[in-house]
Amino acid sequence: MNDAPITLPSSPGWPGDGVHRVPYWVYTDPDTYRRELERFYYAGHWCYIGLEAEIPHPGDFRRSVVGERSVIMVRTQDGGVRVLENVCAHRGAQFCRERQGNRKEFVCPYHQWAYDLEGKLRGIPYRRGIRQDGQLNGGMPADFQMEGRGLTSLKVAVRGGVVFASFDHSLESFEDYLGPTILSYFDRVFDGRKLKILGYNRQRIPGNWKLMQENIKDPYHPGLLHSWFVTFGLWRADSKTSLKMDPHKRHAAMIGVRSVGKPAGDVVSGVTSYKADMSLRDPRQLDIVPEEWWKGPTAVMLTLFPSLIIQQQVNSLSMRHIQPRGPGVFDFVWTHFAFEDDSDEMIQRRLLQANLFGPSGYVSADDGEVIEFSQMGFQEKPDQQCLLEMGGHDSEEATNIASETLIRGMYQYWRRVMGV
Amino acid sequence: MNQALEPLVYTELLQLYAEYTATVDAGNWDGWPEFFTEDCVYKLQPRENHERGLPLATLHFHSKGMLQDRVYGIRETLFHDPYYQRHVVSLPRVLAVDRGRWFLEANYAVFRTKLGEISTVFNVGRYLDEVVRVDGALKFASRFCIYDSEMIPNAIIYPI
Ligand code: FES
Ligand SMILES: [Fe+2]
Repeated sequence: MNDAPITLPSSPGWPGDGVHRVPYWVYTDPDTYRRELERFYYAGHWCYIGLEAEIPHPGDFRRSVVGERSVIMVRTQDGGVRVLENVCAHRGAQFCRERQGNRKEFVCPYHQWAYDLEGKLRGIPYRRGIRQDGQLNGGMPADFQMEGRGLTSLKVAVRGGVVFASFDHSLESFEDYLGPTILSYFDRVFDGRKLKILGYNRQRIPGNWKLMQENIKDPYHPGLLHSWFVTFGLWRADSKTSLKMDPHKRHAAMIGVRSVGKPAGDVVSGVTSYKADMSLRDPRQLDIVPEEWWKGPTAVMLTLFPSLIIQQQVNSLSMRHIQPRGPGVFDFVWTHFAFEDDSDEMIQRRLLQANLFGPSGYVSADDGEVIEFSQMGFQEKPDQQCLLEMGGHDSEEATNIASETLIRGMYQYWRRVMGV
Repeated sequence: MNQALEPLVYTELLQLYAEYTATVDAGNWDGWPEFFTEDCVYKLQPRENHERGLPLATLHFHSKGMLQDRVYGIRETLFHDPYYQRHVVSLPRVLAVDRGRWFLEANYAVFRTKLGEISTVFNVGRYLDEVVRVDGALKFASRFCIYDSEMIPNAIIYPI
């Protein structure tokens, strides 16, 4: 199913000088995709790696990716976190094949070069040659230095138990990268409480990776596409909403307060997904209990450009990792979590509300589906354009759902970095 | 704990499996919750979570009511690309029999066919089941679908 789609010849050029039109080729053009990997994933940006709670003990490791590159997140002997590229310094074998585990060192199976948990090269078999007839033959040249020959080690940032990394060691601090507004919403969830991993979901979505960022920068669709959101007031036109961004407009927060009670007529008139008579036979799936740390909003959806979505939608929490695999496909890996000090009831609640999310979720399965449909449309006509005029042409912060300002903001940033 | 399995009961269990498969492949969604007890547990879960004792499931239902809610979702609320699904299910292996409870396991492979497309392998795994008798009929007290497939091809909408 992942055969590269045939892309018609495109003429990459941006229509006009605004961001209220986005040409379809940004989702299909292979050269554009390669440049995105170089400029967004491999330089200048912090990418999501995982949660510290996944590697609690020294020697614990878990594989992850930055863009298309395989990396290993590892807990070192001194309790720190390292992120190492999973490519052997000898001849490039992607040596670590397990998903996770515990190791004292990493040994490449091909010629057994050994690396410590910091990624330093510690051993090369027959480095000094092989003794034959009383003589040492072969081996590495006498002046060969192990120093500096280790695995590529990424720059790492850990905040509130969340691990980010970058191949770019000149990158600004993670805090500066998020900016004060987005950082405050990040800290709202990750305020130092210990996290508990609830489990994973993985899906492969046949669409361009940016479509998932856009989906969570699009407050216009949830109250239309997702019946559960409209009908149960989790996200709809009468919800108190605010749309915020960092100064670069690459990251965003969609903040909402759940509407309780029946919606007024104009909120749902013509909205076919609103089901006035819908009620749950088993309401435990929506047994929402407000938590103190929410500080008001019942949902905050954070998009951290380029690779992560942080979901707090009522009692359900997840990290959603965007893993691009070509212009027309990405993997979407969900890590649901709770807090160590949650009661059993709260954990059960988070698990049941997880039915709304993920590849089968009541409000998420259809997001993947519509992304696939969008990609189908784009591939047929790379020169056509998306129309992004809800809420005007600019990309200022807004306080209503009928706005595509966050997507426009993202493309303003995208255009600057991509030079188009 | 382990009691002998009566051949007639095994025949009945085979019938239960065959009817379940036929029902979900036919798209008879209303028929699906009827295979379960009122306080059943149904889980569709990645193998990694299952083996590591991580409780998250892709779908996690705790009652027949939740299954009926899912049916409503499939029919009325979940926007999706329509597809056919076709299960191939192995003979169930009996793990234990305990005072009117049968614990079984069976392999499954589900193929998906979208309109105008070739058929593809959709989801592969095994059922871990607990079957009981309710008013004479065999029902699933629990059905865990533990899947090997590392990636869900976009979405799973219909029951496995
Ligand atoms: S490629 Fe890894 S040791 Fe040779
Ligand atoms: Fe959505």
